[in-house]
Amino acid sequence: MDILITGLLLGGTYALIAVGLNLQYGMVRIMNLANGELIVIGGFAAFWFQTAASVSPLLTVFLVAPVAFALNWLIYTVMLRPLVKRAKSRGQLEVDAILTTFGLSFVAVGVMLAVFGGDYFSYSYLARPVELLGATFGLNRIMAFLGAVVICGALYLWLNHSRPGLSIRAIAVAPQSARLVGIDVQKLSALAFALGGAVTAVGGGLISMFLTLDASTGVMFTLKALIIVIMGGVGDMRGTIVAALALGVLESFVASVLDPGLTLAAAYLLFLLVLLFRPQGLFGRGQA
Amino acid sequence: MDRRRLFKLAATTALATTLAAGAALAQEAVKIGAVGPKTGGLAGGAAVSFWPNVQLWAHDVNARGGLNIGGEMRPVEIIEYDDQTNPGETIKAVQRLATQDEADFILAPYSTGLNLAAAPIFDRFGYPMVTHTAISDQIVELSQRFPNMYFTLGGATGLAGGVVEVLTKMRDAGQIGNKVAMVNVADAFGIELAEVARPAFAEAGFEIVYDTSYPLGTQDLSPIVKGAAAAEPDAFVAWSYPPDTFGLTEQAMIEGLDVKAFYTAVATSFPAYAGRFGAAANGVLGAGGVAATSASFQEYAARHEQVTGAKPDFWASGMVYSSFQILEQAIEAVGSLDKEAVSAYIAENDFETVMGTISWDENNNNAAYWTVGQWMDGVFNGVASTGREGAIEPVAKTGWE
Repeated sequence: MDILITGLLLGGTYALIAVGLNLQYGMVRIMNLANGELIVIGGFAAFWFQTAASVSPLLTVFLVAPVAFALNWLIYTVMLRPLVKRAKSRGQLEVDAILTTFGLSFVAVGVMLAVFGGDYFSYSYLARPVELLGATFGLNRIMAFLGAVVICGALYLWLNHSRPGLSIRAIAVAPQSARLVGIDVQKLSALAFALGGAVTAVGGGLISMFLTLDASTGVMFTLKALIIVIMGGVGDMRGTIVAALALGVLESFVASVLDPGLTLAAAYLLFLLVLLFRPQGLFGRGQA
Repeated sequence: MDRRRLFKLAATTALATTLAAGAALAQEAVKIGAVGPKTGGLAGGAAVSFWPNVQLWAHDVNARGGLNIGGEMRPVEIIEYDDQTNPGETIKAVQRLATQDEADFILAPYSTGLNLAAAPIFDRFGYPMVTHTAISDQIVELSQRFPNMYFTLGGATGLAGGVVEVLTKMRDAGQIGNKVAMVNVADAFGIELAEVARPAFAEAGFEIVYDTSYPLGTQDLSPIVKGAAAAEPDAFVAWSYPPDTFGLTEQAMIEGLDVKAFYTAVATSFPAYAGRFGAAANGVLGAGGVAATSASFQEYAARHEQVTGAKPDFWASGMVYSSFQILEQAIEAVGSLDKEAVSAYIAENDFETVMGTISWDENNNNAAYWTVGQWMDGVFNGVASTGREGAIEPVAKTGWE
């Protein structure tokens, strides 16, 4: 039970890291390799407000979200839309987007180094024990998990029950046909991309409560997010959440019962098995 | 003489005059290369211990008017390269500094791995290499292969031995029992130290009740701390790296791992550690240490903060600056930029630095170094060393409040 809760809390962290990328890659077909850098920026904002002005990271995220939304909207319209327009096939768009965002990640690291310096930024927030079913857990991890639940729940409802959400899913399935039924593909793509960015930055703010970040740690998160999104099935919100939780529970189980040294091996084994037996991901649809 | 030629002549004269004026104003700078991580895995550590000292040292030397080279005061010019924490890039950068930038001297890179990677190329170009952050038990072999390589920060056996020594002292004083929980990061540093520490603990009569490793970059360390707590140890020892040093400490607070001796390795001596944990850091043991109350360190720390805007850490920072001081003193004593002569001078002399006197054994190794420090009221003072002065007595940790 203890292991299960630890695993779910870790899974929540992973969901925060990966859900934004799922929106960007799954819905808009932009494989955003600068995802991790955005997490670090969100984390830095939380750190800065907490240490300089004692503002709770839980409040900071409400400021981070619109700023990250605007920033990603800009990135999409200025940098990525030309790629979408000229791409003749999905494959070409993916290659172009990977190269562009890979470059963007370097720029982001450089800017962060210039602005914040390369030092670790770490602060202590809600590092208090909470008793749950006879075991203790960090309050900051629980808050981050609740944040993940709220964000994932809201996104799920929005994507399945609101008009823009449904339109975005239509774009994800068939970008060409979506236009025929009166969906403004350009506008909604930008919206989905920007929303993904906002979610990622908020996730970064939440996980900075218990993880120590520096300007160069982004790539670690990008890798984890990629694994989770691909494992869950590209473009499926449920898949990402299930994959994140499964990975968290698996890692905690291995660390507690077998050996902490084997967690990475176990995570990649799971990834390998999913790729072998269900290459489209847990919830993904086969290629049409 | 037609107009075009006249114009050309005038332009050339003007240019020559400007150049001459410039040269008269400032002596030609001594080019010093600096290679280290600004991005990648070790960038966080280098941003605390390495880069600010490069800035501070150049500032200090130039504020004095420069290096005194045979009676001529010449300023230093630093040429910096980011090696992205990638040994291949370190080698390329050193090569570039040697061949294209024609650097007069090159500061040793940051961290054990990058120093080992760069040692052959320093050797090939004949640059003296005064390392500051290379921790190795291979010093004898290395100094034989690379006669211009110097070591200052110590070896794994000394670091692990320091921890065993401190815990033994605390056990003999009745502060702790003999059960130790030991964890290590599954990386070169953590594995080597755990392997050295295991027999050393056994020999000193300690019982290792929990012994495990975890991958670098583990995001949830709670299973490890829970496992350690379940073994009910008297002391907790982690051969850890920066992100996990913070993570393990926070998790120990949450789990209430209430040991009387709590040790984490790299980055425990960083100002950010006390900044994050405040009074809860009191009594935490960590790798390194300095004679924090010595006048030379305090003066250095004040200058570091004034010039770079950041506090130095209580271990490697001072040694990084000291290694630059050694190079500086050797260049001035020799009075030329002759790399061979400077290197020979380093080998034959002792040096007064901000960390105290540095002297070499037959393997170009500074045999007297700090091994363990302890936080108390915002200061991380050395509690064990292999022969340095200024150590204080370790105290038992009293909870996390």
